[in-house]
Amino acid sequence: MPIGARRVLRGDRQALARLISQVENRDPSALPSVRALYPYSGRATVVGITGPLGVGKSSLVNLLLAHLRSDGKRIGIVAVDPSSPFSGGSILGDRIRLARPPGDDGVFIRSMAARGHAGGVALATRETVRLLDAFGMDVVLVETVGSGQADVEIHEVASTSVVVVVPHLGDEVQSLKAGLFEIADVFSVNKSDLPGADSAARYLSEMTQLVPVTGSWRPVVIQTSTVAPRGIPELWEAVTRHEAYLDSSGSRQTRDRQRLTDEILGLVREQVDAQLLRALEREPDLQALLDRVVAREIDPHSAAERLLGEVRRPR
Amino acid sequence: MSPSGSVGPIRVLIAKPGLDGHDRGAKVVARALRDAGMEVIYAGLRQTPEEIVESALEEDVNLIGLSILSGAHMALFPRVLALLKQKHATRIRVFAGGIIPDEDAKKLKKMGIRAIFGPGASLDEIVATARRLVGPTHS
Repeated sequence: MPIGARRVLRGDRQALARLISQVENRDPSALPSVRALYPYSGRATVVGITGPLGVGKSSLVNLLLAHLRSDGKRIGIVAVDPSSPFSGGSILGDRIRLARPPGDDGVFIRSMAARGHAGGVALATRETVRLLDAFGMDVVLVETVGSGQADVEIHEVASTSVVVVVPHLGDEVQSLKAGLFEIADVFSVNKSDLPGADSAARYLSEMTQLVPVTGSWRPVVIQTSTVAPRGIPELWEAVTRHEAYLDSSGSRQTRDRQRLTDEILGLVREQVDAQLLRALEREPDLQALLDRVVAREIDPHSAAERLLGEVRRPR
Repeated sequence: MSPSGSVGPIRVLIAKPGLDGHDRGAKVVARALRDAGMEVIYAGLRQTPEEIVESALEEDVNLIGLSILSGAHMALFPRVLALLKQKHATRIRVFAGGIIPDEDAKKLKKMGIRAIFGPGASLDEIVATARRLVGPTHS
């Protein structure tokens, strides 16, 4: 087993931190350790905390952390924030809300920039979750970028997705729309100390009742508050119930299989893309072809077909 | 995992050690480093040296930037350096900013604080120093 992987399994936090950076940087030297650690993953409960910016995701994660730590659970946290489309830089500010006793080895917090990846998480998030899992964390909480209506990728990473909303976020029809609200296994109506929380929770509950599907999971709506902490044990209880449902219904297996299929196909596609690009770079007529497209002599579709023909032709 | 670009952006932890509630300077510097393409982990106010070093290790940063206006720099900065040494993490370079008298600055630099910026330091200078401290391997 590679030394990096061995150190991670021995509980070496700096080795884990380094490996996560290498994964983030798509450094091929991480691969042997990543491969060796894969069999040690698949044990942690992975909970996604998502929702629009400013609804209190970090504060909720902080309270969940305290709740779960008091239960003796070992917790990994991945907190994703956006990268600048201009400079590529990022301010990762979720740590300021995360409190824990100093020297607590049962917690590992990692901030992560999205690095241009859309969907609410970073490209490296899934692999980082797996590393924290292999490191021995019982629960991994993934806090997404403040999400828009279509940022649903957390659903591919977490076993339970908690969608956090606040009162007065929109009318009933908003909660009918496709996207973010569809991926919720649990809704947290946060800032429930504010007026309007009851009706927001009611809208959501009614929405979850609209479709009568027997035997499937019906999202649970929990009112939470982080200023005068409220609803945190209930929130975790709802997550646990969903996890139990995944096991009893057999959908955990189906889901895992589907996700891993997607992941493998994604990796294949990445390699094929790279090979294709390398082949095209060697294509001497590419510039001439481009010139013709620019001059409107041929269209992009025909140009693509011609290039594909070149790649397919046995050399 | 693609073989291209295995070195990522510079990662910097910006923190305010001790009991001082003025974080405007730290925020301005954080923003400037962000605009220079760095990933800035903003740890915020009232951090103990232990918390700062713990965060720096988990985040695998290249640099720690300490901001202080309280006058407690001679107590807190050496503690951060000592903890980094204890954790075998002296690869992480430390720079600082705030109200730090020249004679203290001299002593702190001897101890291993790589650069110290006072009022009026330009953001360009801070960004350039951060880049220089990390070295040419990074973007």
